[in-house]
Amino acid sequence: MKPPADAPVPDWAALRADFPILDQTVHGRPLVYLDNAATTQKPRAVIEALVRYYEHDNANVHRGVHELSYRATTAYEAARARAAQFIHAAVPEEIIFTRGTTEGLNLIAYTFTSRIKPGDAILVTEMEHHSNLVPWQLLARRTGAKLLFVPVTGDDGLLDLSGLDALLARNVKIFAFPHISNSLGTINPALELCACARRHGVITVVDAAQSAGHLPIDVQALGCDFLAFSGHKMAGPTGIGVLYGRQALLEAMDPFQGGGEMIASVQFEQSTWNKVPHKFEAGTPDIAGAVGLHAAMDYLDAIGRPAIAAHDGQLARDAFARLARVPGIRLFGPAGERGGLVSFGLAGAHAHDVVTFADREGIALRGGHHCTQPLWRKLGITATTRASFYLYNTAAEVDRLAEVIDQAAKFFGG
Amino acid sequence: MDLTELYQSVILENNRRPRNFRKLPTANRIAAGNNPVCGDEITVYVQIEGDRIADISFQGAGCAISQASASVMTQRLKGRTLEEAEALFARFKEIVTQGKPDEEDLDLSAFAGVHQFPARIKCATLGWHAAINALHGESVTATTE
Repeated sequence: MKPPADAPVPDWAALRADFPILDQTVHGRPLVYLDNAATTQKPRAVIEALVRYYEHDNANVHRGVHELSYRATTAYEAARARAAQFIHAAVPEEIIFTRGTTEGLNLIAYTFTSRIKPGDAILVTEMEHHSNLVPWQLLARRTGAKLLFVPVTGDDGLLDLSGLDALLARNVKIFAFPHISNSLGTINPALELCACARRHGVITVVDAAQSAGHLPIDVQALGCDFLAFSGHKMAGPTGIGVLYGRQALLEAMDPFQGGGEMIASVQFEQSTWNKVPHKFEAGTPDIAGAVGLHAAMDYLDAIGRPAIAAHDGQLARDAFARLARVPGIRLFGPAGERGGLVSFGLAGAHAHDVVTFADREGIALRGGHHCTQPLWRKLGITATTRASFYLYNTAAEVDRLAEVIDQAAKFFGG
Repeated sequence: MDLTELYQSVILENNRRPRNFRKLPTANRIAAGNNPVCGDEITVYVQIEGDRIADISFQGAGCAISQASASVMTQRLKGRTLEEAEALFARFKEIVTQGKPDEEDLDLSAFAGVHQFPARIKCATLGWHAAINALHGESVTATTE
């Protein structure tokens, strides 16, 4: 992903100063935060938006007629309109606020229960995060549908698409896949996957948890039916996420949770549903979270997502090349174009030992199965260490990472 | 603290060359353990004769703490009675949770640094939990959760 040639180059060092948390030492060393695929840090603009909302505008939304409720409702709906613009949804009504990607994916899987029959199939990939696998396993169990998998080729972490047409022809109703793999860094060809599914009349679900804060997303150009992401992985607060759904599909779907906000009229025996998207937002939503997410989207777009993707993708490729020189290392994911993360195993050093070692040097990494256990079982490794980058990370931090991983290899491998 | 306080040479050495790391064909008790948080897996094989552990071995994959702990454990449990094994585990738990080394037991005391890393206590006790389950003849999978 390259920014336009005439785009101004962001002042990355100055942007780093927008993130107050980064200015600290951990175990006596400057913090090097490389756990961004788990959650990113928040710029002052987002923190201040939360404070401003709670100090001036806090009230419950939609049902109130007083001034603060009006302000809170306006702010909440403005965030929805901003999210629609952020991913090029046709109308704000296609944006459902959720707790995060996981809830968005569960919402679809749950509400599709009445539309899936025994003998139907749900297609996912072997590189799914558990959150884009388990909800479909549950749906399959409720309905008697089968789960099918697009295979991963091997350590290079690519999807084997040679059999995709044949798979989609096997009575598949839903095809769910990750835009960027959280454990391999692979950027999947979402446009091609959606086009292929559409030819078979299959509904597509894009897990954009790892891409929304990095790549520009245009749901209409992609032609996906659903797309889910989390605010906290893109400089926003925890507890808020977005599910995009095509309006016609959302209108036809059953509600998810029942409660206030999602109803039009309630009688003792039955109720009628509010219109989309409120039908899917039972209870008081995370209003402050939506306000914070709004600020995060503004912050990211002021920098430009193509520039962010170019920056953290380059850091990941540099890290991949530097780490490849460490004796006994096994790197996963594509060697070329990749999302902003690198995942690896080290002979003689378990991921948790590597993470503990790095932590004492001030470097925050993640070790374990990264919620993709079936993938690692297939590749024959139980745990990897992952370094994931964002807009505030620097080339010097990549150098430091490579140096410390080299030390860890010597320390444990001897 | 210095990292070498956690990763004492006993731990690094037992991780590099785990003792009794094999299947035990003569085992009459087998128990598995796993840590769902990190995916560590371990299987402990025990051959019991009367009330004594005639032989014990393990296999598995996990961090240095879990592998070294299981390796040291097999060396310490061989020839012990069930009662002695439980007393030893109780002492080991004290060492890893309170950081109090036992002057008379340098191998177990090597794990005293673990108490400063609360998330890793489960790693240190995984093999022990599986072994105690095996000794009780419970064919359940020990889990740290």
